Formats: sequence, structure tokens, C-alpha cells
Amino acid sequence: MDLSITSILTLDGLTNGAIYALLGVGIVLVFTVTRVIFIPQGEFVAYGALTLAIFQTGKVPGTVWLLLILAAVAALMELVTTWRHRGSALPAVMAALRTFVPAAVVCAVSAWAGPRNLALPIQALLTVCIVTAFGPLVYRVAYQSLAGASSLVLLIVSVGVHFAMTGLGLLFFGAEGFRNPPFWDTRFALGPLALSGQTLIIFAASAALIVLLWLFFERSLYGKALRATAVNRLGARLMGISTHAAGQLTFAMAALIGALSGLLIGPTTTVFYDSGFLIGLKGFVAGVIAGLSSYPGALLGALAVGVIESFGSFWASAFKEVIVFTIVLPVLLWRSLRSGHSNEEH
Amino acid sequence: MDAVQPVAPSSPAAVPERPSALRRWGPLALVALIVALPLLPLPNFWILQLNYIGIYALPVLGLVLLTGVGGLTSFGQAAFVGIGAYTTAYLTVNLGLSPWLTLFIGLTLTGVSAAIIGAITLRMSGHYLPLATIAWALSLYYLMGNLDALGKYDGILGVKGLSVFGFELGQQRVFYVVVWAFVLLGALALLRLLDSRSGRAIRALAGGSQMAEAMGVNTLRHKVGIFVLAALLASVSGWLFAHFQRTVNPSPFGIRMGIEYLFMAVLGGAAHVWGAVAGAGIVKLLEDQLQVLLPKLIGTSGSYELIVFGILIVLVLKYLPDGVWSFIDRRLPRRQRVVDWHGAAHLPARSKPAAGQVVLEVQAIRKTFGGLVAVNDISFRIRAGQIVGLIGPNGAGKSTTFNLITGVLGMTSGAVQFRGEAIGGLSSRRIAERGVSRTFQHVKMVPDMTVLENVALGGHLRGRKGAIAAMLRIDRTEERQLLREAERQLQRVGMGDLLHEQAGNLAMGQQRLLEIARALCADPALLLLDEPAAGLRHKEKQALADVLRSLTAEGMSILLVEHDMGLVMDICDHIVVMEFGTHLMEGTPAEVQQSPKVRAAYLGTEH
Repeated sequence: MDLSITSILTLDGLTNGAIYALLGVGIVLVFTVTRVIFIPQGEFVAYGALTLAIFQTGKVPGTVWLLLILAAVAALMELVTTWRHRGSALPAVMAALRTFVPAAVVCAVSAWAGPRNLALPIQALLTVCIVTAFGPLVYRVAYQSLAGASSLVLLIVSVGVHFAMTGLGLLFFGAEGFRNPPFWDTRFALGPLALSGQTLIIFAASAALIVLLWLFFERSLYGKALRATAVNRLGARLMGISTHAAGQLTFAMAALIGALSGLLIGPTTTVFYDSGFLIGLKGFVAGVIAGLSSYPGALLGALAVGVIESFGSFWASAFKEVIVFTIVLPVLLWRSLRSGHSNEEH
Repeated sequence: MDAVQPVAPSSPAAVPERPSALRRWGPLALVALIVALPLLPLPNFWILQLNYIGIYALPVLGLVLLTGVGGLTSFGQAAFVGIGAYTTAYLTVNLGLSPWLTLFIGLTLTGVSAAIIGAITLRMSGHYLPLATIAWALSLYYLMGNLDALGKYDGILGVKGLSVFGFELGQQRVFYVVVWAFVLLGALALLRLLDSRSGRAIRALAGGSQMAEAMGVNTLRHKVGIFVLAALLASVSGWLFAHFQRTVNPSPFGIRMGIEYLFMAVLGGAAHVWGAVAGAGIVKLLEDQLQVLLPKLIGTSGSYELIVFGILIVLVLKYLPDGVWSFIDRRLPRRQRVVDWHGAAHLPARSKPAAGQVVLEVQAIRKTFGGLVAVNDISFRIRAGQIVGLIGPNGAGKSTTFNLITGVLGMTSGAVQFRGEAIGGLSSRRIAERGVSRTFQHVKMVPDMTVLENVALGGHLRGRKGAIAAMLRIDRTEERQLLREAERQLQRVGMGDLLHEQAGNLAMGQQRLLEIARALCADPALLLLDEPAAGLRHKEKQALADVLRSLTAEGMSILLVEHDMGLVMDICDHIVVMEFGTHLMEGTPAEVQQSPKVRAAYLGTEH
């Protein structure tokens, strides 16, 4: 192995690592605010990449109709609970409309834009809107009424959502894989390295998103409110922070991160309806390395996962998944020796 | 406020025992049905289905123990099934070993890998186990799919069926007998385990480890133990699967199947042994129907049943969180434990300190949290037969002091001696072993165990028999001794008529007395009570005072952290007053009551 192979593998690993970092950050974000271990994070990646791919073929992606159905279900649930809670119809209808209308607008625009073969950036923007709209609706439908349950119950719910979203992905996108066109089709020669425009976009977008998230959580009042929800739900509610709104916002952010990751990864690899799971789980490995709590930790962990994966596929390509998922065990061992036997209460 | 003492909802003393014929004969009828099924003229297709259900029910049984009872979640059951299946397939096909030998090799391999994973992950908080098992299941799946020796994704073909002395068991009715014999034996072993000393410890795990550790339970060992046991059940299932299918490949052992096993447990009723069979049956039959029906509806083939399963998981957790079996279980009358321990021998008791001897010596203990000194060089001693009260305004550091003595928190400096032995820095389990027993400020018990079982948990350290003895039922002599002791302690605190009540149904005062009985069941030389009167009504407090007085009359030493001044002044021999983490004064109740310093601490001073 010479320097040029090493540098190519490292660059490759860091590129994928940047995507895992986004997902890892998304997973840490969802876990710290809602205690949900967000296994479906990867499904948003696949939905993002595939929605754009279907737009590219000049059709209306099935996710649009799925979003409409989901919005209708969420609106119905909102109608019933608000009606029961408030006892009158008007606020219930208003609440239902608030849930339904934004998603419906996104659907209408997408249905209009679908056959018109608009420019790639516009289609990408629509894709981001569609997939992001899924986030709060998924939270509303699957998690909200169980928000107080133990994190194990929430984990099993996550698994259910993952199953349903994978199956629906198969239904709407089919079993066929897609590879998207790159957003920036240029190549730079950098010594032995061929740096593609897409790689630069991946790095820039990941860095920008992570910095934005950091600013949001450290500097904005709303970000601080979300962190307060994570520490103590009841306390946050007493301070006037709506834990439901916090959950929906968090899921919207997670879906946004997933959609962007999907757009970024779409041109570099062929994405199938079930590819998201593995990609998301690698983000998970990064999150676990960070103890599901630290954003910089998730970033470093993700870059490490990416590099290990790329060197693993060079040396033992058949076993790269084995290598990536087995490194979790020594990491956990290290964490467990460092933390000692915790006496936490459930 | 002084209402009549509430009568517990269905105290067995008050309500005559209902004959629970259904409860007694129900499981037997179920077993009889399972035995009779292959004798009926069922089509072979259904026998095959039942074989699959039995094979799936085994790993789910493991999840009932692990998730439903122990509160831990694993997605790795399918991977353990895979280890069992691949071990037997590889060894019988390539080395020609007998399947009856490879069963045990597979069990050993599974047990060792489960023990390693469990030991790594179970030391940490609950959600790391599921995450680790996901990663582990994925890496094992890709390992199986890429190793040449294991035939890559094609797997190992040509695995032989099971045979006994040359007689082929086939895939039909005879194989059915083998499968269901394993299922029934597994279910029986779990039922027996849960009704034993180890079982009570396991049932206490889900509520957090603090109480169980204080009762002397090694929670880490029990957690790893149930994880390994669940994995072993999965391994047996894999062995059966390999010799039933006659071929193994990675796909039935992937993460999706691991999730499906968990779904079967949740759907069937994770807290019930028979829920495993129900869950496995429902999911298998549903899956078959959906795999035919959905592609027809949709027009193309594909695993669309995932959509239905995913939505079902969410719905079940929302609307039927205890699973299908709990639906049946709720309608069955509760089983009454047969009282068979009255003739049992007494458990050996430890030697008690003579009256007046120093039992506990607290020397300048200190605890700092960052810059805050929560406990500032507190010293006091307790002599045998004394009740010492530890009082002080809110935030004085009483509970922290209590936690330092019981080993829940580590000391920054200082020393604690119990009967001349240094116990500072020991874990709460080690301290319990030495004869210090405690109650909790917020009652910690296992609500779905009976009062008697909860109290018997306190006697954990006085028994020796483990899980295997429980499954083989060779622990019954000791079990009767433990239950007899538990009943004795309950009578001591005046709850002898509530033995078979579910602990969760008790009123607050009864719960506090239950905790005291549980602490007494450990045969302590020192009893530490953390606000035992909190939330009690006047009558209940009087009953508590009577119990504590009668205990000291029998030579017990007690440290009482309490807010209720009436109670403290009434029963304590000696009182230590704390304020802002420091030792304010100590003396007899009369001295404390007269002290201007104490009044100033509680009520403030005039300026």
C-alpha cells in the first residue's frame, strides 16, 4: 500500500464519514431530546435519495402520496385528541388543519412539479421539503402518545416505524436501485487525489449543518429549551415548553438531516429502498462511540467509522460490514470500564 | 383525616379463596392439546406450521425472561439461533459428528459469546444492550454470509435430519414431538425459575438495580445470567431449525428476524411464559397469510408484510402494551400459593451484638459534590438495642449521610465501622452481606409479586440455591425456609394476613411496613430506615412506632432518618441533628427539644 492508495482510501472514508457524522448527530439529537433511539433515521436517507431519483424520471414520487396519507392520519388523531381535551369542535378542527395543511401544500406543489422536469436544485429543494415534512408527522402518529414510556418501549416503536417505512419504501419506489446525478460535476486533481465536486459539497454541507446545529443548541433560546426537555420533561413542561412541539421539531430536524444525507449520498452510490438501514446504523455506531450524548464525539466517531470502513473494504472487502459493526463491541467495553456499573433507575 | 385503615382490595383473609380451576387446569389443558395435536388427523401442512411455531417460540421464551421479566431488550436472538444452527450444520456435514453432540457444542459456543457480550454491555445503562445486539447481529450475519467455510450466502446444504438409533425423526409428527418437548421443557424451566430465590432477584431487576443490590442481589450477574439463558434457548431453536430445514443460510438469522422475535414477544405478552407461544403462533400464521395476500393486492411480490408488522408493533404497544396473553391472563383467577412451609426449619441466624456494644461507628464522613460540601465531617455511633434518630431541616444532608453509610454513594473522606469492621467504600451489596439492612425513602418493591415474595427477596443472602437448582426443583427445602422466614417477618410487622396480596395493591403504610419486613428478612444487626413515616397517616404512624419499639425490645439497633418530630421524639433513644451538612448537636430527645440551636435551625432566629 503506497501513499496514493492511502490518501484515496482516507478521502473516500472521510467522505462517507461526513455523511455518517450527519446521521450520528441526528441520532444523538433525537435521543437527547426525546429518549427515542431513532432507528428509522436511515429510512429518511433512502426516501431523500429515491424521491429525488423519481423526480428525475419525470414522475411524481410515491412519497408524496404517502405524506398525504400520513398527514391525514395525523390530522385525524389531532382532531380527536383536541376534541376530547378541549370539548369543542373549532379548536379541534384548527389543530387538525395546522397539521394537515403544510403537508398538503408540499404535496400539491410536488404533484404539480413532478411531471415538469424542473431543474435539479428545485427538485432537490422539493425533496427536502417532502422528507422533512415526514418527521413531525411520524412523531405525531407513532411516538407522541407514548412519549412518557420507557426508552425500551420507544426503541421497539422505532423498530416498528423502521419496518413500516422500509416496507412502504418498497411499495413506492420498487426493488430497483437508483443513482442520482451529481450536483457539481467537476473534478480537481490534487496530487494523486481526484477530488470531485460532489465530495466538496458533502464536506461543506456536513460542516455547515453541524455548525448550524451547534449554534442552534448553544446559542438560541429554542435550542436551549430543547435541551431542557431532554434533561427533565416535567420540569420543561412546567417552564412552558411544550414537549410535544419539542418532539415534533426534533423529528423534523432529524428528517431534514436524513433528507440532506440522502441527497448528498445519492450521487456517490446506488441507493435501494432498504439501503438506509445500514447507512443509518453506521451513523449509530458513530453515535454510540459518542455515548449518544456528545456532538463532537459523534463527528469524530463517524469519521473514524468512515475511514475504518474504507480501509476495511480495501483489505477485506467481503468483511467490511463485519469490521464496522464489530468495532462497537470494544468501544462499548471501553465505555463500560470507564463508567463502572451504573445504578441508574428506569 | 384519621380515616379507617383502608382494607386492601382483595385481602385473602377477607375474601374466601375462589377455586381457580381454570388457572390450575388451564395450562394442563394447553399441554394436553399440544400433545394431542399430532395424533389428530391434521394435514401435514399444519404439522409443519406447528413445528415452525415451536421453533420460533423457543427464542421468544428467552425474550420473555429477558425483556418481559428482566426489562432488558435484545435484537440478537436471531444471531444466537444462527450460532446454534451453523454449529450443528457445519459439524455434522463436514466432520460427520452426531447432532446430539453438536447440540451441546452449539450451546457452549452460544453461551460463551452471550456471556462476553452481556459482560461488556450490561454494566451500562439499559439502551446499550439493544444497540450492541443490533451491531452484533449485523456483523455475525455478514460473517456467516462471507465465510467460505460456511458456504457464503448459499449456506450449508445437505444437513441430515435427526435420528435416534437409526430411526429417522423426519419433519412431521415425530419431529413435532421433539420440538414441542423442548418448548414445554423450556416453559416449565422458566416457570420454575421465576418462582424461586433467583427468580425473585430477576423479577426485581426491571425496577432498577438499587433495591436489588441493597438486598444483596448481584444484579450484573443476574442480568448476564438471563441474557445467556435466553441465548441458550435460541441456540436450541437453531439446532432444531437446521435439522428441520436440512439447510442453513444467513437470511433467517439476520437482524430482521431478531426484530421479529422481539415483536412476537411483545405481541404475545412479554411478561407471560405462554405469551411466547401465543406470539410465535400469531406472527407465523399472520406472516404466511400476508405473504400470500399482500402481493396479490399490490400486484408485485415483495416483503410487504413488513408494513403491516411495523404498524402492528406501534398499535400493540399503544393499545395492548401487555400483549395478547395478558388479555387471557387477566380473566383467569389468580393462583393462590400453596402454604407448605410451616414445618420448615429456621434459617440460620447470624450472631447479634450484645446490648450496649457499639454497632455502627461513623467517623468524620464527608461528601462533596464539586464545591458543595453536602456532608461535612459527621460522626456518631449506634449501640446495640438503640434507636438513633438523624434529623435536620430539608437539605441538611440526612439522606446523603444515609447513602454514604449504605454504600449507595462513595465517601470523599472519613470512615464507617460496622461491628468493628470498616465498611466505608464497600458496595451496597457487600454492606448488606455484613448485616446492615435498609428501607427506601421512596418505596421500592416489585409491584406484581405478592407481599410474601417481596419480603422473601430480603432473605436473598440467606439462601444459596441458584437458577439451575430452581429449574430442577431441588431448591424446595431452602425455598420453604425462606418463605417461612418471610411470613414470620410479616407477622412481626403485623401484616400476616396479607401474604398473598399483590404488593402493588397495598396502601402506603402497608408498603412501608413491607419494606421493613423485607429488611428484617435479611436477619440484620442494624436496620437503617429512610423516612419510614413519610406519607403515613396518624394511625399508621402509631402502628409503625409500635413495630419499631417491639424490634428494639428484641435487641435490634435502628438508625432512623425522619422528618416527623412526634415520631422521632417518641421512640428515639438518641438523636443526631444536622444542619447544612454539619453536625449541629446530639443528645436525648429531651435535650434536643430544649436546645435553642435546634430551634434556631428549624424555625430561624430573631434578629
